[in-house]
Amino acid sequence: MTTKLLVANLSDIDVKGSRRIIVKDIEIAVFRLSDDSVLAVENRCPHKGGSLSEGMVCGTAVHCPLHDWKIDLRSGRVHEPDDGCVTTFETEIDRASGSIYLTI
Amino acid sequence: MTTSKKKLVLIGNGMAGVRAVEHLLKLSPDSYDITIFGAEPHPNYNRIMLSSVLAGGADMQEIVINDWNWYKENNITLHVGHKVTKIDTESKKVTSHLGIEVDYDAVIIATGSNPFMLPLPGADKEGVIAFRDIHDCEVMIDASKKYKKAVVIGGGLLGLEAARGLLHLGMEVNVVHIFNYLMERQLDEQAAKMLQRELEAQGMQFLLQKSTSSIKGKRRAAGLVFADGSEVDGDLIVMAVGIKPNIELAKASGIEVNRGIVVDDFMQTSVPGVYAVGECAEHRGIAYGLVAPLYEQGAVLAKHLAGVETAGYAGSVTSTKLKVSGVDVFSAGRFDEAPGTRALKIQDDMAGTYKKIVVQDGKLIGAVLFGDTSDGSELFASIKKGESVAGREKEILLGISSDLLGQSGGGSSRLESMADDEIICGCNGVSKGTIADAIQNKGCNTVGAIKSCTKASASCGGCKPQVEGLLHLYAGDAVGDVKEGICGCTTLSRDEIVAEITRMKLMSTKEVMNVLDWSNPEGCSKCRPALNYYLGMLYPEEYVDENESRITNERYHANIQKDGTFSVVPRIYGGVTSPADLKKIAEVAEKFEVPMVKFTGGQRLDLLGVKKEDLPKIWEELDMPSGHAYGKTLRTVKTCVGNTFCRFGTQDSIGMGIRMEKAFERLNTPAKVKLAVSGCPRNCAEATIKDFGVVAIDGGWELHVAGNGGVKVRATDLLCIVKTEDEVMEWSSAFLQYYRENAQWNERTAQWVERVGLESVKKALENREDRLALMGRIEKTLSLTTDPWKQIVEKDELRKNFEQLSGAQPVQL
Repeated sequence: MTTKLLVANLSDIDVKGSRRIIVKDIEIAVFRLSDDSVLAVENRCPHKGGSLSEGMVCGTAVHCPLHDWKIDLRSGRVHEPDDGCVTTFETEIDRASGSIYLTI
Repeated sequence: MTTSKKKLVLIGNGMAGVRAVEHLLKLSPDSYDITIFGAEPHPNYNRIMLSSVLAGGADMQEIVINDWNWYKENNITLHVGHKVTKIDTESKKVTSHLGIEVDYDAVIIATGSNPFMLPLPGADKEGVIAFRDIHDCEVMIDASKKYKKAVVIGGGLLGLEAARGLLHLGMEVNVVHIFNYLMERQLDEQAAKMLQRELEAQGMQFLLQKSTSSIKGKRRAAGLVFADGSEVDGDLIVMAVGIKPNIELAKASGIEVNRGIVVDDFMQTSVPGVYAVGECAEHRGIAYGLVAPLYEQGAVLAKHLAGVETAGYAGSVTSTKLKVSGVDVFSAGRFDEAPGTRALKIQDDMAGTYKKIVVQDGKLIGAVLFGDTSDGSELFASIKKGESVAGREKEILLGISSDLLGQSGGGSSRLESMADDEIICGCNGVSKGTIADAIQNKGCNTVGAIKSCTKASASCGGCKPQVEGLLHLYAGDAVGDVKEGICGCTTLSRDEIVAEITRMKLMSTKEVMNVLDWSNPEGCSKCRPALNYYLGMLYPEEYVDENESRITNERYHANIQKDGTFSVVPRIYGGVTSPADLKKIAEVAEKFEVPMVKFTGGQRLDLLGVKKEDLPKIWEELDMPSGHAYGKTLRTVKTCVGNTFCRFGTQDSIGMGIRMEKAFERLNTPAKVKLAVSGCPRNCAEATIKDFGVVAIDGGWELHVAGNGGVKVRATDLLCIVKTEDEVMEWSSAFLQYYRENAQWNERTAQWVERVGLESVKKALENREDRLALMGRIEKTLSLTTDPWKQIVEKDELRKNFEQLSGAQPVQL
């Protein structure tokens, strides 16, 4: 069953930054991109489990802090030449209030 | 010989007229004796590039199209600083204001246009100028040195260029525009809003829908008063509201004028033998202000004068393809969504692109592109041809652009099918055929070579991708080696990037990536930290460090470990601690159940396995400065006991080391920097494998540089021997600053010195004057640093990033 959760306000996350939240025992990294859109993925690099929330955000991708794997935050896909995938979660923003919702 | 030649006089030494002459010389080099009059004291220059002159880097030399030699080589008599006051069409003679008279068989009027100055009350005050020529630029540069605030009236292309230039000069800029969106002649509202957002991010401010009623101030302008009663302050007012054809001379000489000088399809005026070309000419009711039509006119006139058959000039369907402050925009035809037309649009805020096509009766009649203009020429060609696109509208909107949807292919076939006379470079009127010829027959195998050979992509650079495409299409394997850039996002090297940043005074990583055509708009984990470092190094005072462009360890001011925990290393100057500090560290380690406490190789204590959310709490309780064990910065100054206790010690190595560590702590450097000071040549601090090592000798100090104890061990090179502690500071400051200013990001001193050679470093530091200048700069930079731990502890806004989000609340669906 999916649940929709209010997880944060846009102002809680720096632009090109990320915050973590644990929901149903899954650690999720919530990213705010330069255009103020918000994307969420499981906070675990498919390579060695690095915290993606600590990585550098470039466009719609994040670079894992451990070994620089590049992960697309929209699809969860790892960019070539590496290979892998992380789980993505649906997000929604109420532009008026800045509330960020996550569906899990 | 000369008697058989006809006499041609060109009035106006600008882009349009000289272009016509250039063309004529190619078609028929020996048929005319040519004289050119120019009112400005310069050779023909590229007016489009004036904003680059303002940016401070490009000087006159770089924007000159035809230098003095060109006139000489082509036997052209040039009178600069001469304003032609009279054309006697009866006796066929022109006269300049300084009294020079020249007979002509044919005369070309290419007097261009004048800026339109609003007749506002106060427009005669000091500090009110136009943006049209080099003189205006000089006034602007001067003003920027004395004043802070500038106001530009006019949010069209010219106004935005002026504003951009002023911003580069460090001024605060307000752009006043009467319309509710910018560049309304070239863009639709949507694209204009996107542009505005981009420009605002670069620091421009806008006052839209404002009508100026007067200029306030006493002797010098102090700002504007608007019709609605509001005001804006400014010590420099730039009017960029438009241009009007300069027709005074023609009018006074009895030549028919309307808005411009009226010409026929062969650019001939109402008087035989008198021609007009460029912005001053009016053809079929239109006076053009863009470069491409002016060049087309010039080409027709040249053919006509050379006696080469030509169908004449039939007017131009204009398209605008421009780079505005690093953003590509394109428009063509009618894009205003008039009644009876249908529009298709696609907007991608993520990539910052927008595309609109307007269709009427099954034909493409207009288009607007923002962010990605690679489809521009093809859309423009389709508009000009007037072909039916019925049923293919969506395909055109979505399919043509390989870039918009991230598909590959298509680009080269598009270039292949393009007609030879299609213009690729709108600024310089260079056709596909000309570029193909340069590649196939003139041996051009790089974009640079094509640029110097044909001028394609030499002005705004918007067509560079297409020039590259053509290069690959026609040169195939012969394409010159593509340079390796600092990362996959660019082909530019570190030195080129730093030079461009300085030249254009770029002020953010975003601006650099934008202006220098990065292939990934937000860069990657390699270039972003590098650019952030270079900008901070170049502008220690003005540049605002971008936390989001720093590597993880520097962002969290701790070393990330493989399990996602961090380590904490407090600063212990010179490795000398105290019982009180040791107790404090021990207590904190116990309280936060730190899994491991370890001595580091640099004489520090490392608390390992700390949870991210505990970091600020630990720093707060420690109340010690950050040891910076995580950054590209000064790490440690390791010391041995020296003459304080050691029986062999010759100098106070501990005191020297602490002095250096206190001086250089928090310094950003290209890569980590480790120092050491040994009190005697036994060298117990291992100073000869450090980036900067100091070894005491009897009566002095040996200074060693560029050692490394890491992956590849390298012993230091001896830089010099000095006598006093102050000299040690002077040399170490100078060496470190020279390294900061010249090394690549992530390049240790060892690699750097191997690359550039010890001799070049020695040479750069040999004069005391140079050393003191370097020392001054490093001291300036250091004076601006603060302790990052303390900052985070004190600011909730920074501290929040270490904590998890507080909790999820379910939402009723």
